[in-house]
Amino acid sequence: MSEDPLTSSTFAERARVQLAKPFLREAVPRATDIAVRDLRERFAGHDYDGLRELGREIRARTMADLEDALATLTDALVANGIHVHHAADAAAAREHIRRICRESDATRVVKVKSMATEEIALNPALVADGLEVTETDLGEYVVQLDGDRPSHIIAPIIHKTRAEVRETLSRVAGRELPDDASELTDFARERLRDAFMDADVGISGANFGVAETGTIVLVTNEGNGRMCTSMPRIHIALMGIERVIPTLEDLSVMLPLITGAGTGQLITSYVSMLSGPRGEGEPDGPEAMHVVLLDNGRRALLGTEYQEVLHCIRCGACQNVCPVYRQVGGHAYGWVYGGPIGAVLTPLFLGTEAGGELPQASSLCGACDDICPVKIPLHDLLLQLRRTRVDDGAAPWRERLAAELWAWAWSSPRRYRVVTRIGGGVVRVMAAAGLMSSLGPLGRWARGRTIPTPARRPFHSRGERDV
Amino acid sequence: MIGIRGGADTTRGGHLPDTVALFPTCLGDLVMPDTVEHAQHALGVCGLDVRPVRGGTCCGQPAFNAGFHPHARRVARVSVRALAQTTGPIVVPAGSCAAMMSRHWVGLFAGDRDAELARQVAGRVVEFSAVLATHLDVLERRHLSWPGTAGYHDSCHMLRELRLSGEPRAVLGCVRDLELVPLASADRCCGFGGTFSVRYPEVSVAMADSKLDDARSRGVDVLISADPGCLMQLGGRAERTGDTPRVIHIATLLHEAGLR
Ligand code: SF4
Repeated sequence: MSEDPLTSSTFAERARVQLAKPFLREAVPRATDIAVRDLRERFAGHDYDGLRELGREIRARTMADLEDALATLTDALVANGIHVHHAADAAAAREHIRRICRESDATRVVKVKSMATEEIALNPALVADGLEVTETDLGEYVVQLDGDRPSHIIAPIIHKTRAEVRETLSRVAGRELPDDASELTDFARERLRDAFMDADVGISGANFGVAETGTIVLVTNEGNGRMCTSMPRIHIALMGIERVIPTLEDLSVMLPLITGAGTGQLITSYVSMLSGPRGEGEPDGPEAMHVVLLDNGRRALLGTEYQEVLHCIRCGACQNVCPVYRQVGGHAYGWVYGGPIGAVLTPLFLGTEAGGELPQASSLCGACDDICPVKIPLHDLLLQLRRTRVDDGAAPWRERLAAELWAWAWSSPRRYRVVTRIGGGVVRVMAAAGLMSSLGPLGRWARGRTIPTPARRPFHSRGERDV
Repeated sequence: MIGIRGGADTTRGGHLPDTVALFPTCLGDLVMPDTVEHAQHALGVCGLDVRPVRGGTCCGQPAFNAGFHPHARRVARVSVRALAQTTGPIVVPAGSCAAMMSRHWVGLFAGDRDAELARQVAGRVVEFSAVLATHLDVLERRHLSWPGTAGYHDSCHMLRELRLSGEPRAVLGCVRDLELVPLASADRCCGFGGTFSVRYPEVSVAMADSKLDDARSRGVDVLISADPGCLMQLGGRAERTGDTPRVIHIATLLHEAGLR
């Protein structure tokens, strides 16, 4: 694997790279705006907020006794003839999947888009085993061909221009493909169809696992999910343990929430409900079906102030409305999950060493809270992560010093007045002399903005006698 | 100049003027004192007896948002105690500070010796334009006029924590000849975010640009907000890029429209 961007660079550095791509800053807002607009319009006649509250309630109820829900799910899956595997971490999950591939003498694998498989960095491991792996979601296919990473939970190539996609596909085709979206799609479809036909194993994620019936639910728009889970001999679903929901009735709430928040659709083109391998006398379906239940840091969040992050259904809506994400895209976040959910999940999953910076990379505008289909208080979680970072002494000394000085000066009206009078004078002189860039944080502010010059007569010195 | 006190308008005739405390906030105090004065006048015209609070400093938000709770508490304590000496509603001409005070002070002071005081003070906090929105009749009768087109920028915390969006617009609706054009990005963050703006200046500026571009494409002369933080960010960026729109506080617009 290439070096980890999280440890080899800062958010600011990665953001700068992304900001230099004018296309990104046009395309990302455009695409995300469409999703949000569709959500608002298509759900206008429905009580979407009421649905969100129901969704929140279902998720909270499930997380309150996650082990119980998982036990029910496991029993139901097994009763359906599905093999269940438990993976404590990414390495264990990869190992399960590699072993299943090995034991079934697989050589070719097709995949449905899945953030969980991104999270455990599955593809490189399978490739190292000599397997031929093909991503079958159109966007993921392009990402794979480019050796790139998805930059949005739902729309993996939101950061690419059509010209770039055309270039990539033309390379595979060995000829210049026309600059036409539907022709490009047709070409990819053709390629992918061959991959479906030849594959031994299909690997998917799981949008939900319904405990009561032992059903894995997949929501897709391209139909590739259906192909991947029905054509190959083996189907493996990798599911984060938190994606369990108790009943089919709960699913009736969660489905419109995920499709609405994700793509602004009342329902996606395909909703696959997979409840076991091919039964006797059935014409299609895999010979064997496996579910790998992935912990990878999730259980550790139970009972903590961060438990609510487990309610996440990976719809991407918080990315769509995030004003930071809209400028810098998903790659700036350095790992699998970008935007507000990434800023919260990354430090929780990978530790503050690698992801501790991300919670600062938010203007705390709260737009994510307002759109999240299960009402996760992302804004509060970001604040909590920031607070923990400070309380753990992980904030750099400069920051601590600044906070200390500020608190000292601002905690007495007298000091506040004296310090700001002197400071105001300094700022005015420096600004007049064009030296602002050397004034620490103010200098950073001055990159691109005029410094607000402190008034000669602050409000507190006006009309004193009048009070 | 400061002497305008409750009285000029007779609409509340008979009633003794209600007393309100005006908390300037540190940004208002240090960087936008004129705006605070404009707010003071506007409240006075509405028949309120306005008492500026001069013993406080800041609501503690910069440190609170950065995770430094003890520091935030140390600073906010000064303001809590100063405000506890006042009576009546505490008017704050800064949306995000009003949100900090009314929504987060209770949590910040939980278990602290000033917890009760903070709770009482927090319960009295009201945002400036929300107060004016209860005096629309007065504003209507003042024949305010400001010829030009304007966009209104919702400050994030005012919108999402205080849920105030109709109020400032209703106030602006009392200004004749002012065409308020809806902005596609009205509720999108300006990129300030306190320490965020100095931690990630490039990203912050890019966010301001997308906002300003939207305002410019709608041809607005002035971008109005009720939050000094956003004004500093958007105004500083607009000034640096050298052209329109002007970025001003709602109180300043009212002042220019004749509410003085
Ligand atoms: S945090 Fe909420 S909005 Fe963001 S991906 Fe998860 S469920 Fe969707």
